[in-house]
This record gives sequence, C-alpha cells and structure tokens, in this order.
Amino acid sequence: MSSPTLAVEDLTVYYYTLKGVVRAVEDVSLRAYRGDLVALVGESGCGKTTLSYALLNLVPPPGRIVKGRVVIGGVDILSLRGDELRKARGSLVSMVFQDPFTTLDPVRRVGDQILEVLLEHDVPIEEARKRVAEVIESVGLSERIANAYPHQLSGGQRQRISIAAAIALNPRVLVADEPTTALDVVVQKQIMDLLDEIRKNTGMTVVLITHDIALAAERATRVAVMYAGKMVEYGPKDKVIENPLHPYTNALLKSVPDIESEEWPKPIQGTPPDLRNPPSGCRFHPRCPLAKDVCRRGAPDVVEVEPGHYTSCWLYAKR
Amino acid sequence: MAEALGKTLAGLLSRISIPRISARGKALVYTGLAIVLAVVFMAIAAPLLTPYDPTRRAGPGYQPPSWEHPFGTNNLGHDMWSRTVYGARTILIVVGLAIAISMAIGVPLGLVSGYYGGKLDRALSMVMDSIYAFPSLVLAITLAVVLGPSLFNAAIAIAVVYVPTYFRMVRGQVLSIKEELFIEVARALGIPTREIIFKHILPHLLPTIMVVFSLSAADAVLTEAALSYMGLSVQPPTPDWGYDLYKGKGFVLSGYWWLIFFPGLMITLLATGFALIGEGLGEQFRRE
Amino acid sequence: MGILRYIAVRTALIIPTVLILYTLVFIVLRILPGDPVLAVLGTKNIPPEQLEQIRHNLGLDKPYIVQYFEYLWNVLHGDFGTSMIISGRSITVDLLERLPATIELAVAGMLVSLLIGVSTGFFAAVKRDTKLDTGLRVFGSVTYTLFIPWLGLMFQLVFAVWLGWLPASGRIDPDIGLVTVTGFYVLDALITGNVVALRSALSHMILPALTLGLVLSGPYTRLVRSNLIKALESNYVFAYRARGVRERRILLHAFRNALIPVVTYAGLQFALLLGGAVLTESTFDWPGIGTYLVEKVSYRDYPAIQAVVIVFAFFVGVISLVVDLIYALLDPRIRY
Repeated sequence: MSSPTLAVEDLTVYYYTLKGVVRAVEDVSLRAYRGDLVALVGESGCGKTTLSYALLNLVPPPGRIVKGRVVIGGVDILSLRGDELRKARGSLVSMVFQDPFTTLDPVRRVGDQILEVLLEHDVPIEEARKRVAEVIESVGLSERIANAYPHQLSGGQRQRISIAAAIALNPRVLVADEPTTALDVVVQKQIMDLLDEIRKNTGMTVVLITHDIALAAERATRVAVMYAGKMVEYGPKDKVIENPLHPYTNALLKSVPDIESEEWPKPIQGTPPDLRNPPSGCRFHPRCPLAKDVCRRGAPDVVEVEPGHYTSCWLYAKR
Repeated sequence: MAEALGKTLAGLLSRISIPRISARGKALVYTGLAIVLAVVFMAIAAPLLTPYDPTRRAGPGYQPPSWEHPFGTNNLGHDMWSRTVYGARTILIVVGLAIAISMAIGVPLGLVSGYYGGKLDRALSMVMDSIYAFPSLVLAITLAVVLGPSLFNAAIAIAVVYVPTYFRMVRGQVLSIKEELFIEVARALGIPTREIIFKHILPHLLPTIMVVFSLSAADAVLTEAALSYMGLSVQPPTPDWGYDLYKGKGFVLSGYWWLIFFPGLMITLLATGFALIGEGLGEQFRRE
Repeated sequence: MGILRYIAVRTALIIPTVLILYTLVFIVLRILPGDPVLAVLGTKNIPPEQLEQIRHNLGLDKPYIVQYFEYLWNVLHGDFGTSMIISGRSITVDLLERLPATIELAVAGMLVSLLIGVSTGFFAAVKRDTKLDTGLRVFGSVTYTLFIPWLGLMFQLVFAVWLGWLPASGRIDPDIGLVTVTGFYVLDALITGNVVALRSALSHMILPALTLGLVLSGPYTRLVRSNLIKALESNYVFAYRARGVRERRILLHAFRNALIPVVTYAGLQFALLLGGAVLTESTFDWPGIGTYLVEKVSYRDYPAIQAVVIVFAFFVGVISLVVDLIYALLDPRIRY
C-alpha cells in the first residue's frame, strides 16, 4: 500500500461555550489514499462538520483543536501557523461548502474569485489566468462564465464554480461538506460525477461529508461512520456496507429505505446525546440494542477486525 | 363615555407585555429619562429655582458667570440662569404640543389607511412620502413664516413635519399585522372593524409608537430650537433657548462664551435625553 | 440594457414627487397666507388702488389655477420671478449666484460625515465588543443630537476666537482677489492657480464642513459597523478563508460588501443634509441658499421663499435618483 494522502490521528476538538464544554470530536483517526472518496456519515450533530473544519485547521471560536494531527502530503496541518497555514489552505487541502447560494462573494465576478485564489498563492498572473479558464472548463462550464456574477448562475453552476476555486491549485485533499444537499437530484448526480472525474484525473482524495448513507453507498471508496463525536466504524465501502461491524452502522443502514428490500426502514430509537455531557463509556450504549455492562463502564479501543476495516465496539475487543 | 375610554385603556394596557429588559437598554432609558425629567423639573419649579425675573434687568449687561449670576448676563442685563430655567418651559410646551398634534393626526390616519388600503391609501401614502422626503427644517420654516411667529404656530409647523413619520410607521406595522392569523379569525368571528383596529391591532403598535415618540421628540427639540434661532418661534422677551443662542451669536467674536454655551448645551441635552430614551426602548423591544 | 430601462423608470418617478411638493408649496405659500402683499406692507396706510396695482404687477389677482400653471411653466423655463421686496430683482439670478456656495458646503459636509462615520464604523466592527467599540458607538449616538448652531458657534469660539487658528465666518478673505469661473471657490482657486485664495477658501471651509459632517456622521457609524460585522460572519468570508486568501484582503472584500447600503443611506440623508446646511450657513454667515432663505424669511418675501423651497424639492428628487443609480452601479444584483 502506498503512503496515505490523508492521515488523521487522535483528532480531538472541543467547543468552549458559555454553557459548558462541548466534546464535538473525540479521538478520531483515519487514513485515506490517492483517488479515495471517503464518505463521512452520521446524524446531525455527530461532529462530522467540525471534523471537516479541523482538516483545514479552520475550527471557528469558541472551538479549539485540543489534540491530534492531520497529515496531508507529509505536512501536519495542525502544526502550521500564520502565513504557512494560510498558504496550505487551497494548495494542500481545500473545501467546498453546503450552500452554493451564500458561499460566493455576491459583488465580484466568479472568475475573479477563482483568480484570486491563484494570485494569493503567488502564481504569476499570466499563468493564473490560463489556469482559471482551464479549471472552469474542467468542471464542465464554459470559459465565458468567468465574467458572470454569482446571482446570474444556477445553484449547480455556483457549486461547480466553488469546486473550480477549490481545485485550482490541485490540492491533495478536497473536503466536500454536503455539497449537493441544497441541489436537486439531477444536479446532484452531475456534481458527484464531476467529483469522480476529478479523482480519476488527478488522484485527489475527496472527503465527502454527508448524512445520506445511500449516496455514500453509491459513490464512496471508504466509509467512516461517526456517532456523538466518535468514529465508530471505518473501512472500505463494500466491507462496511455489506458487513457492518458496529451496531450503530447496522442500525443506520436499516433506517434507510431500500427499494430492493422487503422490509420497512427502521428508525433508530432515542436521540443523540448532549455532547457537553456525553454518556460514560461507549457513547452509543444508551441506544444500543446489544449494550452490555462493560459498554457503560469504559470506552472501547479501535480494533482492526479485518484488513483496513476498523471499529470501536466492545463486541470486537481483544481480550 | 369616560367609562368606555377607561375600559379601552385598561384593555390596551393588559395587552402590553413587559419585555425582558437588557442591561444596555436599561442604562440608556434611565439616563435619558433622568435628563428629560430634570428639564421638566426645571420647567415646573422655575420660580423656585431662579432669584431673578428672566425678562427684567437683573444687573449690568455682558457679565461673565459669577456667584450672583452663575450663567452670566446677556446684553440686556438679564440673568442667564433664570432665562435658561424658564426657557425649559417654552421648549417643552412647544415640543409637547407639536408631538401631541402630530400623533393625534398621524396615528389614526396611518391606522385607517393601512387597514383599508385601496386608492385612499395609495394617494395618502404618496403625499406623506413626499413630505417625508423633504427637508424637515425647511418645511417647518416655510410653515412658520406663513403662519406668523408665535408659540402656538411654531407647534403647528413642527407638528406637520412629523405627521408623515407617525403615519408611515403606523401604516407599515398595520400592514404586517393585518396579515396575521388572529386578525383573520377576528374578522371571521364578525368583530366590528373599529374594534379590530383599536382593540386588536393598536396594542401591538404601542412599543413602536413609544420609540418613535421619543425619537421624534428629540428631533422636534432641535427643530424648535432652529426655528427660534431664526426668530420664527416665540418672540422676545419670552425666554427661549434658541433665541438666546441667536442673540449670543452676535458676541462670539467678543468672546462672551456664556451667552452661547448654556442655551446651546440645554438644547443638545434635552434632545440627547429624548434620543437616549428612544434608543434604549428600541434596544429592549428588539430583544423581545 | 437592463440599466437603461432602470434609469428611465427611476427618472420618471421623480416627477410625481416633485409635482406633489410643488402643489403643497403653492398651497402653503400662495393660498394660505391670504394676502401676502398686506402681510408685507401691513400697517402702512397705502391707498387701495396702489395695493391693487402692486397685486396686479405681481400677478396675484389672477385665479389660483392660472397662477399655478403659469408659475410652473415659468419655473420649468428657469424663471423664478422677481423679489417682492427688492422690486425687479430676479430671484433666478440670486439663486444661481448662491447655489455654488451651498453645493460646496453640502459636498464638503457629506465627505466629512462619510469619512468620520465610515472609519468609526470600521474600527468599531473590527474591535468589536471592546471599550473602543462602545466608545465609538456612544460617540455616534451623541453627535447626532448636537444642535448645529451650538456646535458651530462653539467651534468658532474655540478655534477662531480663543486659538485663532481658523476664520470664524464667511467663505473667503474679502481682500483676496479671486477670479470666479465656476463659483466654486476651491475649484476657481485651482483653475486660476491662486494659491493664497486656495488656502483662504479651504481654511474657511474647515469649520462649517466639520460642524455639518460631525453631526451627520452618527448613523453611518452604526450602519457600517453592523454591516461589516454581518459580512465578516458570512459564509463567503469563511469560504475565502478556506481557500487561503489573506485576512487583509478578506477584510477588504467584506468592507466592500458592507459599504453598499451606505450609499443608499447617504441618499436618504440628503434631506437632512440640506436642512443642516441651512443651519450651518446661517451660523457661519456662509453666503449660500440657506442664508438667502433665512434672509427672505425675515422679510416675508414669499416669491423668493417659494423659489427656494421648489429648488430644494427638485434637488431632493434628483439626488435620490443619483443615489439609486450609484447603488445600481455598485451592486451587480440590481442591474442584471
């Protein structure tokens, strides 16, 4: 196996709010390789968005990265400061956001916004201009669109522009936070196809944050399941979907409508916990149908149950 | 008749919910209130606070502030402290009268126009918007000139300037409240229109009216002062801050600062007081 | 294409507003005062035939409707009639003479108010929730309720009388010979290369512009502050950061977004600017339309007053149009 393009180790992020400390992300680790599409799935509030911000060292206050490393292209993003950190964003790792209607500057032409990314990373202007035209075409838009203002474009077009701006410098990792949630299904397929193409052409690793397990099942190469700030399962897509190890993953898969299945989807009992005061031991134990005493008493370690397929659950603990 | 009025008032008051008070809003309101009440006190207790008659010669003219004349004397030898204290009466009466008239005309018109809509509303709105867009001071000056300089006429001139303010604000709120579900319910229940307007819509307007009242009072103070600065309000020898300031202007080059400082300070203070109340109230109501 | 249509529509909209104001002004100044001739000449014993003659000369004996349209016609041709007090003196000439002074003051005042307001709003937003922020906001609130003549006179006391740094009143030193080309003294001094006159004109403008600008700056502080804060918290700013754009540039972009509503507000403030200009002019004896108005008011010269009011109404309409156009230029969302 070649070396990973993205290696996250023991990442922990807390929010220090007036009402208490929210343990949003706790001891998360994962590895991804060239051309991977890692789907990061979980319920709302499980910490996946916070994790995505942490990958760029962009956690907004009152959040703080307490511990951990995020190594991309041999560089630990979390150890960078100041201008070094700024330059790493966009060139080593980049991000595309959920709402295409508010993530572009409304008073500037879209071409200029892409150009700026290049210029801010010391690309000479002639080269930068060429690259802008190139990258706009690579996302399936006509070069003339560069002169348009965001409000003149559709949601799908705006999202493509955001992607263009994100890949302009050929980052190793592209973090996409629910990029298609605000768009209709047809456009969703187009955008996902685009991401697939980018991965194929450049070997970029895509981290896709989504609450849509079906989408993950369809497009991902690896699936990471998060619950209440913890990574409960991680592995190659086929293994995780066909042979889910963690009870939560299992429940999640069962809760999604399946056109081929005879059974009705089953929602998961209970509600996600308050992360200011997470449950003791394994955070899922209050809702877990297989919970035992030990689950309440201590948090399980991560275990590699089969090659590349990890989970943290007492069911698989080495004893 | 009085009983009906009392009932309406009680009904209105019971519908006002006291909003949660924010610290900053509180500070603003109390500071403003303190200033305004101090001026009101000055006006009411004027004879008790002043040793001299403000319209009669009390000593040699052009005296700088001293123990006998804390605010000095003007060119005619009047005691400026007394003139300042009695000046509070003048300005409070004019502003009070003006705002009262303004509200009495603007609020009902806004209610009716907003509720009924139609051609009348469109025509009225256009007129009101035109007046509103026009420089208020120039408008007040024009009216004051035509009516002739006097306390009452100044009040009318100022009142006309603020009618569009109340009209627009009330109308705007009525338009949005009109669409609310509980109004539809009231209509469906067959409640007479007048009752809908006064018992169901008006109470919701009260917080905004209070804010606009304070802010327009602040503005009215400045407008009145401007009018009397141009000799279009009360006539001498009635004590009036704006007029005193105008007189003081002639002596700037001689350095008689007390003729300018005190009257102008009072004008600014009173306007600021009202404005603080308005802002403080605005902050509180926004947090609701 | 879109913008031309926009201009046409907006221009057409001034007409009803100005007409309404014209009508109101006409009613107030021609019909209400009853007999303006008597109001002016009042107690003097003048034989009624002479009064009739005067009225006839002024065109006041015609039916109101006729007067309404006749005057409107004249005004549209730039003829504001003649003064009632100084017989034969063309009001139009007077107005044109004094217009540049008022425009100069208004522009200077507006620039100062924008400078003070925008910079205080900027720093208040950037240093949010600090003492500086609170202080600047209080400053913005307090300056708005200052009485202009008081502020102006106090400035004169301090800077002209006590410190002697600046002149107390007027537009320029009377014994400097300045050749007036445009009527805008600063421009004229520049055009004719008259450095002495330039210094004098500028030094005379400082206190009046400062007075007017300071009082009008308050609302901008609040507006810029809240808009900048909103912009800095927006999603596109976060996206800029994620793309690796420098903080300084991000601030610039946010600032640009935040400034757009300032333009509209400037337009709304124009009426206030005119009113303030009138007071400022009379405080500093600045020879503009404001002092003209005050003069004519004290003489009850109704035709002159009417002319001034109409000119003001027209300016308010025009400026609001200009503001809308500038806004359309700045915010591409309006144009397309």
